[in-house]
Amino acid sequence: MSSPETKTPVVRFRNVSKEFPGVLAVDSVDLDILPGEIHVVAGENGAGKSTLMKLLSQVERPSGGEVEISGEPVEFHGPRYAQSLGVAMVYQEFALASHLSIAENLFMGREPGRFGFVNRRAESEEARGLLERVGLRTDPDRMVSSLAVAEQQRLEIAKTLAIDAKVVIMDEPTATLAEREIEDLFGVIRDLTSGGIAILYISHRLDEIFRIADRVTVMRDGKIVDTLPVGDLDEDKLVRLMVGRDIENLYPKTEVEIGDVVLRAEGITRANVLKDCSFEVRSGEILGFAGLVGAGRTELARAVFGADRMDSGTVELEGRELNIMNPQDAIEAGIGYLTEDRKSEGLALQLGVDQNITLAHLPTRFGFINLVEERRIARRRRDELNIRTPSIRRSVQVLSGGNQQKVVVAKWLETRARVLFFDEPARGIDVGAKAEMFGLIEDLAKEGRGIVIISSYLPELLNMCDRILVMHEGEVAGLIPRAEFSEERVMALATGIEEAA
Amino acid sequence: MSSTATTEERAGGTLRERLSGVISQLAAAGALIVVFVFLSIASPVFLSADNLYNIGVQTSYTAVIAIGVTLVIITAGIDLSVGSVAALSGVVGVVLMAKAGVPVVLAILGGILVGAACGLVNGLLVSVAGLNPFIATLGMLSVARGMVYIPTNAMSVFGVPDSFRLLGQGVIGSIPIPIIVVAVVAVAGYVVLARTKLGRYAYAMGSNREAARLSGIPIRRYLTVVYVISGALAGFGGMIASSQVASGQPNFGIGLELDAIAAAVIGGASLFGGQGTVVGTLIGAFLIALIRNGSVLLDVNIYYQQVIIGVVIWVAVLWDQYRRRRLAVSE
Repeated sequence: MSSPETKTPVVRFRNVSKEFPGVLAVDSVDLDILPGEIHVVAGENGAGKSTLMKLLSQVERPSGGEVEISGEPVEFHGPRYAQSLGVAMVYQEFALASHLSIAENLFMGREPGRFGFVNRRAESEEARGLLERVGLRTDPDRMVSSLAVAEQQRLEIAKTLAIDAKVVIMDEPTATLAEREIEDLFGVIRDLTSGGIAILYISHRLDEIFRIADRVTVMRDGKIVDTLPVGDLDEDKLVRLMVGRDIENLYPKTEVEIGDVVLRAEGITRANVLKDCSFEVRSGEILGFAGLVGAGRTELARAVFGADRMDSGTVELEGRELNIMNPQDAIEAGIGYLTEDRKSEGLALQLGVDQNITLAHLPTRFGFINLVEERRIARRRRDELNIRTPSIRRSVQVLSGGNQQKVVVAKWLETRARVLFFDEPARGIDVGAKAEMFGLIEDLAKEGRGIVIISSYLPELLNMCDRILVMHEGEVAGLIPRAEFSEERVMALATGIEEAA
Repeated sequence: MSSTATTEERAGGTLRERLSGVISQLAAAGALIVVFVFLSIASPVFLSADNLYNIGVQTSYTAVIAIGVTLVIITAGIDLSVGSVAALSGVVGVVLMAKAGVPVVLAILGGILVGAACGLVNGLLVSVAGLNPFIATLGMLSVARGMVYIPTNAMSVFGVPDSFRLLGQGVIGSIPIPIIVVAVVAVAGYVVLARTKLGRYAYAMGSNREAARLSGIPIRRYLTVVYVISGALAGFGGMIASSQVASGQPNFGIGLELDAIAAAVIGGASLFGGQGTVVGTLIGAFLIALIRNGSVLLDVNIYYQQVIIGVVIWVAVLWDQYRRRRLAVSE
């Protein structure tokens, strides 16, 4: 990256705008992307990052301004055309055909061969070379469905190489990766840039912005707030630029009096998934579940909650042994579980805010839903949790991630749960909403509930929890009290370097 | 805040949401009105009491069956078996009253029960055995039809008591009984969907099955009940139809499932689940009926009505998708 200023930009936005009915999603953006740089575009949800990327990849047509690629103004002909100019996109949800092989996916639409026949040998050989470059050492004839998430992502990146991309757009590529996989991915990304490919990297996560970026562009309300070399930024400054104000305390942990044991799980076992896991949560306590992806944190919570069957183990709530066969039993007993993936597991997206809030605990009278009571409940929760929605009857799919998350919280509060499991509560929500969410969790603990937070982002756990339970390959690797918290200690247990004490 | 809430909420959502809800039903309802007005002008016979009576009576069993199918569609399922089940129920009911001497009312209940039993099998196949609803009910479509052919040898069953004709052909005042039956089923269906756990959970399961399960909703039980209701209403529809022809017809209802699904879809139900209303389905059922009736009155080649109905299905669903996309973009 010596004197990048002298190179011709790979991409140049000139006064580019995109207007949707009633919203100026991208507002007069000027931005240069240089060859070989990793350019992070940061900003809250709705800041216009994704829309800006869609204007480049020609998924959306700009309402004004001009996009240049390699110094040439480009016309708008749609995504295929943008690809032919060297703009590639790695989507958050992968666009892979899982029933086809790696090689078939790599060359989809551009299969080598003649007369409509595919030359399978050429396909395999070429595929091998591309896979090598993204560090995916595997047989190109393997089915995509047999690949792990991180491997599928590599394949997506290899696809960008297959089309000779000049600029690769990555939208939150680490969202589904474990720590070690993230480090590997960053290695691959750096390799790509050394060949002159520019990376446009969209991210929420502050820590990784500092690890990967050469330059950072912050967007807010469709405008570019600033573009800076990463060396000129620190975390506080970046958050201030993104949010437009100071966030006082992202993790509002306070001293809470810790009471009796609320939930005790003993010897939870599920064949090939969980082995003899035990833990307890006390009233007012926030317990963290740490571990690598696949270590069994979510699985442990789901087993206790009855979402998955356990083979053996006991669960006690406030001293009473429970017989949990399904989520219904757990909810009746007073256990709640907020899933990691709100959209696919947490919300009935087409239903209203009010209907989602009461979903786990419908107010009824004489066998009929009490609609008056339902609306009263929904309004009360909306005010209490500050859910921003134009109307409580609005369908939840139009709410922001942070507000959707609050709807899920409201639903569980309605069940009067004594213990709440939060699985990745801050994933996919804004910095501002994140602080609010942790404040809410803190309040729930203060009211005497037992709280479990599952997170892959260690600072969340280190700041919010009273104790952290670390899992490794389906077993409890260790339990660390707050006084002994350190990132190294957690990682040592999570990776199996340190044996359980 | 709560004091500012709320004129809009009492009115049911924001103005735009309300409008879009009204408009989507309006699209189908508007088409219904347009067709109605057009036929009133184009055909001197259309508005005659006899013709209107005929439309009402002939649509009655389709409407009853379509309401059950709507409930299934809301859960993101499908019930292809309703035509066969209606035939089986109709024939069993007729046999009960004509051959076994069972009192008419009990025989009608017997027919409905047969439908409910078929629905129970569908429901268990879907919710417990985990079969795809399309496959489960496709199987039942064939099984129920076979079961009605075996004992009857595909021959009609006659000899019903006169009182049985009342269900499908009778009149109270000047209102045909089958229309009253449709109204009662529709009101009941509306109440179930809007005001009971079953209805709410049907929408929730159709919108997101896993979220519903993790919210503690006993999915299997409710899904099974939904198919039982669909089967029972198919059985009831079969009894109405039997009453209209005063016999049990083993060949009744071939392809009827497609009319029922078309009515639901024209009325705004989504095959992906989570959407659908009783009012919409009624509008859909009567729109199809008017097109059929109008084709006959205007002496349009009978095969054209098939084409027209197909086009109406396309237009209705395209309109619905367009409306939804526009709503999503403007957010």
